[in-house]
Amino acid sequence: MKQYKYLLWFFTLLFIVLAGCSDSRSHSTGVYLLIDTSGTYAEQVTKAQKIINYLLANLNTGDSLAVAKVSSKSFSEKDIIAKVTFDRRPSQANLEKRAFNQKVDEFAKSVKGSAYTDITGGLIQGAEYLYEANPGTKTIIIFSDLQEELGKGTVRDFPIKLTGIRVMAVNVTKLNTDNVDPRRYLDRLDWWEKRVRDAGATDWLVINDLEHLDKVLARN
Amino acid sequence: MGNINSWLFWPDQVALSILVLFILVTIFLYAARTPAHNVILSSCNLIGHAFRFTARWLQATAEGLRQRNKAVLLAHGRDEVTSQIEREFERVTDMVRKDLGEFPALQRKMMDELTRIEDDYKKSGEVPLPPPEWVNALSTIANLQSGGDIAKKMLDDLHKSVQKIHDKTISEYRKTYESRHKILSGLVPVWRSAEKIVKNLDANMINLNSNAQAIDAHMTRYKEIQDNTDKSEHALAVSAFVQLGISSLVLLIALGGAFINFKLIALPMSEMVGASDYITDTLRTSDVAALVIVLLETSMGLFLLETLRITHLFPTIASMNDRMRKRVMWAALILLIILAAIESSLALMRDMLIADKAAMLHDLATIAPEPSNSLLTNIPMVGQMVMGFVLPFVLAFVAIPLEVAVYSLRTVGGVVMVTIMRGAGFVLRFFAMIMSRIGRILINVYDITIVLPLLVEKMAISMRGSVAETISTKKAGGTK
Repeated sequence: MKQYKYLLWFFTLLFIVLAGCSDSRSHSTGVYLLIDTSGTYAEQVTKAQKIINYLLANLNTGDSLAVAKVSSKSFSEKDIIAKVTFDRRPSQANLEKRAFNQKVDEFAKSVKGSAYTDITGGLIQGAEYLYEANPGTKTIIIFSDLQEELGKGTVRDFPIKLTGIRVMAVNVTKLNTDNVDPRRYLDRLDWWEKRVRDAGATDWLVINDLEHLDKVLARN
Repeated sequence: MGNINSWLFWPDQVALSILVLFILVTIFLYAARTPAHNVILSSCNLIGHAFRFTARWLQATAEGLRQRNKAVLLAHGRDEVTSQIEREFERVTDMVRKDLGEFPALQRKMMDELTRIEDDYKKSGEVPLPPPEWVNALSTIANLQSGGDIAKKMLDDLHKSVQKIHDKTISEYRKTYESRHKILSGLVPVWRSAEKIVKNLDANMINLNSNAQAIDAHMTRYKEIQDNTDKSEHALAVSAFVQLGISSLVLLIALGGAFINFKLIALPMSEMVGASDYITDTLRTSDVAALVIVLLETSMGLFLLETLRITHLFPTIASMNDRMRKRVMWAALILLIILAAIESSLALMRDMLIADKAAMLHDLATIAPEPSNSLLTNIPMVGQMVMGFVLPFVLAFVAIPLEVAVYSLRTVGGVVMVTIMRGAGFVLRFFAMIMSRIGRILINVYDITIVLPLLVEKMAISMRGSVAETISTKKAGGTK
């Protein structure tokens, strides 16, 4: 009877130790991709597909991915093209990736340019999505020339909240006016960096060469 | 200490202050010379004694440990030799029962064969019939002086009849020899059979002889162990070191096998328990699950070998009755087969998952999938499945080197501990000796710092000695 008592104690202790060992922190990654569809930038959507393919190939089970377009007023769920949190099983996650890719393909075929570019609204929407999904690493990728143009009555000149989110600007193309005065381009980048850092973003990164996409999923 | 001025009597006259301080310190040190010497000597002796005491304790403990190790080593060696002797005796018993147990029948058969050989030999040795008596008569007629026609005719007739009889005799003679040759040729297989029996007996006797020699060698070892000789202890300790080396090498190889096994099932386990759960920051639950499967397989293998009485790690299993032991053996074997089958299916799943991911990457890259050669893709898949099934059984044999490692590690650990304790004891004794020397050195250093008062003291003593001598000389002169 005494040895059974010890056995019971042993298993209780083992359970406590194992329960204490389990890591409750989230190890998943969440990525929210904003695709600018305003004006001539809508032609760049094939490049955006390249980024999505990279993300689909490298995101693991349990990770979250959402792709949204930047339209005239982007603070809306309607602008989200596709979103998914991959299943815990790799085989199911592969099926979900295929379905996601199909949705993005359909979007790429039917994309139409918007009149205005509400990047801030998209950022707020992306932050909301990421806070809700609550992955371990939160990333917003802005696929845009970062030239924000707001429609009449659209209010975005207030501080936003991006605490704990990495923000990356990808394929920031130069406008004709940038070519005349490159300071405009640099000032635009600086302005966005200041805006996201003031919003509490953990990191700000600009990637113009799509060969360096590995930085997108690099953990801090 | 930071502000030197606080030590100076007159801060504006540093040299004078230092001189006064030096004089005061020297006077103090001179006055405290004897107690200071005592303190230095006592402290050094205290430390030295502590070292010496610890060294003695370590030596005594090491000796106790050595004796315990020796007892365990000899007991283990005795058990080992006993089991070896038992096995040799079992072999001899088997041989005697199987081969020499049939010896009376064999001997009877041998005697029969020999009797047959002897009879046949005798038969083949019979001499041909002697010539008939009429030969003498013929000689007499041939020697007659007066012949004639009658004699000639008689001789002719005689010649004819003799010729006839001669032919008949020759024919009979040949027939007899023929029958003898037949007997002799019939003797050959009997002879060969007898030769074979003798050869078998000879081989058995040689085996028996080698077994007897092995038993002799084991008995000599047993006697040495029984006598607790240092030679046997040393031999057993060396043997333990060698066994630990060999078993460690085998365990290392098995570890490689276990790693391959783990890699084979880690990915498909993520399909079962999920790939996004973590136990620690870097340790996935699926990896732990795969590791647990590998360890379970190893444990089942261990129990299987234990119930087969190949290893003796668990006394509970060893002391089980045969019926229960066989039940446990079958349970372990069935569980091992089930685990092997699970692993084999996981290996198949791994292949499917990899293929699925490759296909998905092709889809994403919008490149048409390459036409796959079914033979080329099937061979690795079948290989993985076979490996998944076989590796658990291979890992089962880890129990043997593990047992050897466990038993020899006890001996090797004991020897290493004794060596470390003896080494530590030596070092402490050395430091104890150093401490007693340091005490003397410190006393001399102390005296150097008060060299001036000591010189004065020496001079005073010598002066007092010379004055006393003068007075005693004068006194001696006065008395004269």
